[in-house]
This record gives sequence, structure tokens and C-alpha cells, in this order.
Amino acid sequence: MIKKILMGIVGLAVLVLAVFLVIAWESSVDPVDPPASDQFSQQQIDRGEVISGLGNCQTCHTTDPEQPYAGGLAMPTPFGTIYTTNITPDPETGIGQWSQEAFARAMREGVDRSGSHLFPAFPYTHFTKMTDEDVADLYAYVMTREPIRTEAPENTLEFPFNIRMLQAGWKLLFFDEGRYQAEDSMSDEWNRGAYLAEGLGHCSACHSPRNQFGAEDKGQAWEGTVVNGWYAPALNESNLSPVDWTTDDAHAYLREGASPFHGVAIGSMADVVHAGLGKAPDEDVRGLAVWLSDLAGAADGEQAGSQATAAIKSAQAQLGPDPNMSQGERIYAYACASCHYNDPASPNAMRPDMSLNSAVTAPDPVNLIRATLHGVSQEDGIPQVMMPGFASALSDQEIASLLGFLRETHTDQPAWDNLEQTIRDHREQ
Amino acid sequence: MATEFQLNGQAITVDIDGDTPLLWALRDDLDQTGTKYGCGIGMCGACTVLVNGRATRSCITPVESVANATVTTIEGLDPDGEHPLQKAWVQTQTPQCGYCQSGQIMQAAAMLKDFPDPTDEQINSVMAGNLCRCMAYVRIREAIKLAAREMNGAGADNASVAGGATNE
Repeated sequence: MIKKILMGIVGLAVLVLAVFLVIAWESSVDPVDPPASDQFSQQQIDRGEVISGLGNCQTCHTTDPEQPYAGGLAMPTPFGTIYTTNITPDPETGIGQWSQEAFARAMREGVDRSGSHLFPAFPYTHFTKMTDEDVADLYAYVMTREPIRTEAPENTLEFPFNIRMLQAGWKLLFFDEGRYQAEDSMSDEWNRGAYLAEGLGHCSACHSPRNQFGAEDKGQAWEGTVVNGWYAPALNESNLSPVDWTTDDAHAYLREGASPFHGVAIGSMADVVHAGLGKAPDEDVRGLAVWLSDLAGAADGEQAGSQATAAIKSAQAQLGPDPNMSQGERIYAYACASCHYNDPASPNAMRPDMSLNSAVTAPDPVNLIRATLHGVSQEDGIPQVMMPGFASALSDQEIASLLGFLRETHTDQPAWDNLEQTIRDHREQ
Repeated sequence: MATEFQLNGQAITVDIDGDTPLLWALRDDLDQTGTKYGCGIGMCGACTVLVNGRATRSCITPVESVANATVTTIEGLDPDGEHPLQKAWVQTQTPQCGYCQSGQIMQAAAMLKDFPDPTDEQINSVMAGNLCRCMAYVRIREAIKLAAREMNGAGADNASVAGGATNE
């Protein structure tokens, strides 16, 4: 009897394994000779360049600007480090042998040419929404890049996460394959924005928290989270900005890298704006702005202006010629206000106002700490406007008093915990 | 490491460590000593210069971070030293010892672009980070207002001042 039960269990396990293998197994796509560059029209390659920007391919697939798309960027995950791959058309180390069919399958199903499952650090979960034309244009662009012969370091994922076959199970749980389906009730602009944001642009890959399996937590979509050492703010109605996001503001932020009511794009978001959206046509950026302002809780322009004025006035009312002013306020008055002070009636994007800044309202102080320590480069935020870092000028305690002062007087948010220690940790990174 | 940038209208290259503060590149390597060293931690404003037209504390700005930027120091604000702020500074006899004044003037020049007709509160808030040990603050404020009036003044006067600054 016991023998029969055991046989049954073993039999069932074998069956389950067999079914899983059938599901998990993907065929290899035959290698091809790298396509000749005259196979694609210049128009198609140009469109592909815009697609590549909208998908932000270069930011993750490049470590050395001299070797674009050659991969090698380390992406730390809770399961180990994944290195981005070489997607230049080098036949040995890149994707030179990939047919368009293989490329499209990788983009939209997360399976490489040989049939191995890709890890979702590559956002095929979003690219699956891409149209055939966009995939084809991107293929044309990528396959006409300079082939670079270089291999990314081996991933350091821990067992069992390094078994690619198991990704099939992950896909069953967390991956919905399929092209973007337009919302008929929304405008064409909105749908263009949604297609770009949810598909190509994979915005929620950074702006949504992930669950313990590394999948975006659908229940907390767009709630904001820390990713790669930067806080990506909530984009939905949970966003803590004192000023509602208007379409014009979202457009200015995504086009110029700054909006007077919301501050500047730094860190990975600066790459998204400048390297990513830089070549995108204005209707794409406008579409994203329409979609974003709707997600954030649509606002009207007049209201936004008065919200900004009120927030700045409220913060400025707490500053003043007080001989007993706190250490944080003194540092702000001497080191910061010359550039960051604004007329409450007309805040200037070139003078990011701390009472309107997402780094100050954020639940995590990392963006404010990094900007204070290391500054804002000419490439971040508004091109050619820079801020020097204060890492060599101010101690951890001084920066903590400055940031604590800003948090207390410029927002209605609770104080950050362990600020000084967090600053120390970031300084050492 | 070589860093290239525009200094007062001239393309220049300095071959020094990229993390050398811009202040020392200006003073020690480029002989532009009008920019002064005060506190060295971005708190006093004596070292203020313009980077791409924005006021920047050069003592905490690594020279590599201004690569390809346009840097303007007090020597380059106006080729003849006749920027409306410089004239107002003389007219009101603003400086006493003078050490902080080039930083004061560069900060004020940047401020007048954002606040062309500044109120006392705006001047106080923006200029508070430019310390003056001689306590010339009242005259600094007066001089800024005088310069603002000249820069906003009747078209012809304004044009001749601005034109003189850029054409010569």
C-alpha cells in the first residue's frame, strides 16, 4: 500500500516536471548572418533610434559611452547581480546572429535566440506591448550599430535563481504577454502616452515597488520605490508633490528636465529625459504628459500656480532674521538660498524651490542626500545648469541638520529617521 | 587630466587633477586672481563666479564639472570694468576692504537676470550667502538697486551700456 502511494507521488512529480518542461522549453531560432546595413531604409533606422531612446535601451546596455550598446552594466537585485548584455550586432558576443524573429521574441516574450528564458531585469514584461512596426524599427537601428566584441561579466545570481528554466514558472505567475490595447474611452494622445509609458518606456519598472519574486507589485502600481540608489516617486495620486501635475508641467519636466513646480530630473531620470526622450517627437512627449497628469490626478493650471505660491510662502514664513536660527537654517541661508530662493508668485525652474521639490517631500531622503553630497552635473536636470556637491564642505551632522530643517519647514511630511547615519552610508558609497 | 572650458570668452585648457576646485584652477593656473578664497566650503560667497551664466561657488566646484562650460569671473564681467554693477559700486563707494566684492558683484550680476527689479527681501535672500566682514551690506543693497535702475532704464542708455559690454 505504502509502496503504491510512493509510486503515485513519484509518478505525479514526474508528470508535473514533464508538464513544466513542456511549458518551459523554448526552441532555438536559427542563427543568421548579421544583416547588411543596406537591408534597412535610413528612415526605418532613424525611427528605430527614437524607439531605442523611448525604451531607454542605451542607458542600461552601456557602461562606456565610447562603446554604446555593448552591455556590462551591473544591475543589483535581491537575488544577485545581473549584467546587461551586449546588444551590438557582433556575431560572437552580441546579437549579430539574431534574426528579426528572434529579436521580436526576446523583446515580447523574454526568450533569447537560443531558447533560454531571459530574466525580467530586461523589461520584456513591458516591451510585450510593442507594435510590430516599433519592434522592426528597433531591430533595424540595433543591427546597424557598430559591432563591438565584448562579453559582459557572468551574472552572480544565487542558486536556484540562476536556473533560467525556472523563469518559465515566474512567467506563468507574473507575465501577461500581449500587445497594447487602446482604451477607447480615452483620447489618442492619452493612448499614445499609455502605450509609451506602459510598453516601451517601462516607467513602472522603476516607479512601482516589486514583490519578493522581483515582479512589479500590481496592488501597489505607481506607488514609488527606491531603485538603484534613487527614489522613483509615486506617479499616481499618492505622489506627495504640493502642486498637482498639470499636462504642461509634466511636458516641461519630460522635455526640458525641469519644471518650476517640481524640480529637476537627476540620476536615472536625467538619463530618461535627456538620453531617452531627447530625440522623441513632441507629440510623444505630449502624450506621455497627458497620460501622466491623468494618472497623478488631473489638475488645472491656475490651481497649480496658486498651490505653488502657497507652498513657497508657507516655507518662507518660517525663515527670517532670527539670531537663534538653527544650524540647518543658517546653512540654508548661506549656502543654498542664493540659488534656490524664489519669488512665491513666480518660481523659476532654474532656481529649484525646495518647498516644491520631490526630493524633499519623498518618503526616502536618498535623492536629496545624493544631490547635496555630489551636486547636479551639467548633464542632469536642465542642461548646462550645475550645482556643486557639498561632500567635501559639510560634515554628515551639518548636512543632516540642513536636510532636517528643509524637511521640517518646507514640507508637511514626518521627519526622516537616522538621517545622519544614512548620509554617512551614502558618502561612503 | 585636461579640462577644456571657455573662460571670459577664451577657450582654455587646464591640465590638472579633475577634482581640483575651479577656484584654484582660476587663481593658480590661469592667473585670474580677482576671484577670492574665503571659507573654502561654499558658505561665504567670496569665490562666486558664473558658470553658464549662473552664480557658482568655485571653491567647491571640481574643475572637471565645468568641462565645456562658459565660465565668467570678475575679470570678464565687462572688458572695461564698466558693468552697471561695477559703476554703481564705485558711485556708492560700496567696498571697504574689498575682499568679498568680486564675489558680491558676480552674485548680484546673476541675481539681476532672475530678479531684474529686486525688492529688499529678494536682495536679502539671494545675497545673504555673500558675507562681508566690513558690514557693507547696506551699500551693497543700494548699489544693486542703482545698477538695476540703470539696466532697466530708458532704452537708449541701457542699450549703450549692454552694447558696450558685448561689442568691444
